[in-house]
Amino acid sequence: MSTTTAPGEQTAAVVARSLTKRFGRRVALAGTSFEVRPGELVAVIGPNGAGKTTLLSIVAGVLAPDEGEVSQPPGSRPFGWVPQQVALYSKLSVAENLRLFARLERVADPEAAVKRMLAETGLEDRSDEEVGHLSGGNRQRVNIGIGLLAEPSVLLLDEPSAALDPRQRERLWEFISRLAARGTTVMFSTHDVAEAERYGERVLVLADAELLFDGTPVELERTAGGGTRDFESAFVSFLRERGH
Amino acid sequence: MRWLLVKDLQILRRSPLLVGLLVVYPVAIALMIGFALSSPPGKPKVAFYSQVAPGKGRVSFGSQQINISKVANELFQSIQPVRVRSRAEAIAKVRDGQASAALIVPGDIVNQIQSLITQGVGSPTVELILNSRNPLERQFAQQAISLRLNQVEQAVSKQVLRVAVSDLHQVLNGGSVQLLGQTVPLLGLRNSRTIIEGTISSLPPSSSLRVALRQVVAFADLAIEGLGFASPVLSSIGTPLTVQQTQLAGQTTPTATYAVAIAVIVSLMFVTLLLAAGMLALERSENAYSRLVRGLVSAEGLLSEKIVLAAGCAAAVTLVMAAAVSAFVHLDWGRFELWVLALAFGGLAFGALGVAIGGVAREVSAASLMAFLVSLPIAFVALIPADAVSSGLKTFLDVVAFVFPFKAALEAASNAFSGTSPGIGLPLLHLAVLAVVFGLLARLALRRFASA
Repeated sequence: MSTTTAPGEQTAAVVARSLTKRFGRRVALAGTSFEVRPGELVAVIGPNGAGKTTLLSIVAGVLAPDEGEVSQPPGSRPFGWVPQQVALYSKLSVAENLRLFARLERVADPEAAVKRMLAETGLEDRSDEEVGHLSGGNRQRVNIGIGLLAEPSVLLLDEPSAALDPRQRERLWEFISRLAARGTTVMFSTHDVAEAERYGERVLVLADAELLFDGTPVELERTAGGGTRDFESAFVSFLRERGH
Repeated sequence: MRWLLVKDLQILRRSPLLVGLLVVYPVAIALMIGFALSSPPGKPKVAFYSQVAPGKGRVSFGSQQINISKVANELFQSIQPVRVRSRAEAIAKVRDGQASAALIVPGDIVNQIQSLITQGVGSPTVELILNSRNPLERQFAQQAISLRLNQVEQAVSKQVLRVAVSDLHQVLNGGSVQLLGQTVPLLGLRNSRTIIEGTISSLPPSSSLRVALRQVVAFADLAIEGLGFASPVLSSIGTPLTVQQTQLAGQTTPTATYAVAIAVIVSLMFVTLLLAAGMLALERSENAYSRLVRGLVSAEGLLSEKIVLAAGCAAAVTLVMAAAVSAFVHLDWGRFELWVLALAFGGLAFGALGVAIGGVAREVSAASLMAFLVSLPIAFVALIPADAVSSGLKTFLDVVAFVFPFKAALEAASNAFSGTSPGIGLPLLHLAVLAVVFGLLARLALRRFASA
């Protein structure tokens, strides 16, 4: 696990310092540092292969960084993690998947956690259905539900809306927005720039393993120059100006 | 680990087709192997035509007779005879594939045998016609017929010698023979000599007959001595060589029990390898691996769970299989706890190999294919007889058999089942070491599991 608890006082929910990751000779992440404040909704955007998944995987503790560290305030609960691809057992029912991970997470009352998560994901009436029979959107809801079982203060989502249709996407973002409104810090990656502008209070722009920008969507538009028509054009212009 | 085990058992319960195939397929293969190894070869179909007229199949010599029909019946113990009425029909049966071979007994065989026995001249010959299309079938039929003909030949020789020795005994010591329905007494050399000795002593000392009779007595002495020596020599020719069999240390398990052990271990290997490799690869296919190893379960814990799951399921299946087979083949129930140990340790070693395969393959379908491809050579290498290959290749095969669990598991199981062999400690230790080694290799393979 790369996640450590920093000594002394830390107000940020997540602090990442000089994160570097190499796969063989290829550098996937080069000295990336940032902080995420409690209750913030942060989007990580960038072209394909920029290092978004690597960054979130390191913060989640799935990958160990070659250099640098991730820290959170003392006594915080472990980060909730929702991987890009749905990580569920398709032969188990919705409730069985939730129950299994609640037990593995050593949640104090697994049955209560399952009940709560079924209610939050709106899947109470489908709790006995095998996950393999669910739609992509519902599977993703269970996927996120598992990430929330231990009631984490920080939820990390890797491209949560990929492969969902517009209606499913809308419902997913309503769900995530409700979480954020209740104080859960949410950090998500996406290659949909409009989604980042719409739901992200702050954006981190990654390209070729480097963190190029850390600020609000409005600040990014401003940085890219006033001549652009929309956020997506501003983003493309921003990358082009920096040689990407 | 408990909850992962429960989860995997739930998944298996909901995959009845997969589990059914996983159990039925290896058990079917194993039973076929066991049946083939334990069953004696069948009798080849041989077209049989005898030109000897009915009732004319007796060869007489001395006071005895040999019945050629009885000899033919001896031969039929090794073949399945298809009686035909002509040589042409016999050949046609072979050509059409209705018989593997044809055996033709010529009409003059009785005279030939009679002449050979009484005059030492003659060459009794039977004709064997073989199908040349299938070399294996041809070899099988040829071996079955030749082996039985040799046995018949030896039996006839023994019978002739026995008669010769008996007749010689009568010439020496006297007796009686049946002639034209009457019992005719035979004087014998020894009795003749005694009579002549008596006659000589009753003659006057100056009688000229004394010299002549002394010559007859001297000849009788020589003949008695020579023939007395010939009798045991002739007897020994009937059984010139006796084989005294001594079994040194080594495999003493009965063949049928050994075949059952092979069948059980083949099943154990298939079920364990496929389950362990498949269930580990499933964690990645379902994308759950990255979620599990970020603090919920250690990689070692995950591997142990898969090994225990696969070994437990496979040991249970093969234990039931062994118990069922014991209704037909003797397995020593008094050593049941050793059965359990042998199958459990075998399962653990195969399970560790299975997770190593699953770790390398990473996809369920690739893992299953790899497990299957690895299984067959492992079993074959361990079953190749030592004398069937050159010494260099034998060393290589021994090394291969040593580094995989099949041979050790087979040794443990056959020893546990038979009760005629020494303890199973060494094979179990071997399996435990292999389980640790393959477990470590699986742990290495997992390094690229999440990243790829």
